[in-house]
Amino acid sequence: MPEQQIETTPHSPKLGRILAWVGLLSLLTIVALGLLRSQKGSVSTGQRAPEFTLTTYDGESIPSTSLVGKVVVLNFWASFCIPCAEEADELESAWQFYKDRDDVIFLGVAWSDTDAKAQEYLARYGITYPNGPDFGTRISQAYRIRGVPETYIITKNGLLAHVQIGPFSSLSQIKAVIDPLLGQ
Amino acid sequence: MLREALSLYVPTRSVGTRERKIYMNRLSTFIINSILLLALTSVLVTPAAAQTPVPDAPTDDEVNAIARELYCPVCENIPLDVCGTQACADWRNEIRLKLAEGWDAEQIKDHFADRFGDRVLAEPPPRGLNWLIYIVPPLVFIAGVYILYHGMRSWRQMEPLVTADKAAPETDAQMDEYAARLEEELRSQ
Repeated sequence: MPEQQIETTPHSPKLGRILAWVGLLSLLTIVALGLLRSQKGSVSTGQRAPEFTLTTYDGESIPSTSLVGKVVVLNFWASFCIPCAEEADELESAWQFYKDRDDVIFLGVAWSDTDAKAQEYLARYGITYPNGPDFGTRISQAYRIRGVPETYIITKNGLLAHVQIGPFSSLSQIKAVIDPLLGQ
Repeated sequence: MLREALSLYVPTRSVGTRERKIYMNRLSTFIINSILLLALTSVLVTPAAAQTPVPDAPTDDEVNAIARELYCPVCENIPLDVCGTQACADWRNEIRLKLAEGWDAEQIKDHFADRFGDRVLAEPPPRGLNWLIYIVPPLVFIAGVYILYHGMRSWRQMEPLVTADKAAPETDAQMDEYAARLEEELRSQ
């Protein structure tokens, strides 16, 4: 009888089994982290704005670290996006209003757009502030945008002050967000 | 032929005023007919020329062959070749332009991956976390086969154990014999 009990006792844990469990747990961890990241939503106000480098269509490279001391208006847009076109004039008007100041910069990031179409869009709406493509969609992923247009307004200290989901409706709306940040 | 036609209208001998008038009428009719004929010819010939394919222009099939291996971020999970959004139409046009410039399929896909990230590729390149896509499914399959094999083996092992009770006396007898031999050997030493 004791011999039979020895035979029916489950096998003791082996290396393969341990490795299988470690692999399974690792995979579940990666999936869980991915799910958490995807459900985080946009970057929240008050947080430090993610760093980025925008290479403009003119070939100029603008790292966000070089913009400390300036209020940054970071606008994500696309030429095929109709609401983006609705706010294009307002954004350009706002830029014309602030461009002579040293403490405000507007940046446009073309999301999922072909260069030809993006530049055609910029010419059509007479946009003069620096714009560039989002290489590898790195900037839009860093800001976890959910669509276009979205605009992120960053304080002089690099903190996110305002997130505009959808288009700005007027110049005064843009100024109402930027002006309080200029005195900080 | 033109010479023959004109000979109908151009007098070759001296004629009177009436005949001259007739000649002039015929000449003007000929000119008007010629102009109409030219206009008609241009209308009929021009579209035919437009339909003639340019030898180096990429066809829709060539564009779609590459497009079906790409996905645009605007409409996720829909291949580029069947996606109906303006963004995808722009991308397909970009593929057409690149093909016309002499780029091959791999160069175009690399261009889109550089420009918009690896996620636009139907088959992500095996690097970084992308390796999981290629490694995990076969590993899971192998683990499944292994578990199934061991499960079936343990079921088979259970069967003789059930009958082991019947064989127990024989086993005990063997054990007694073994113990007796062992004791005998120990005594002899």
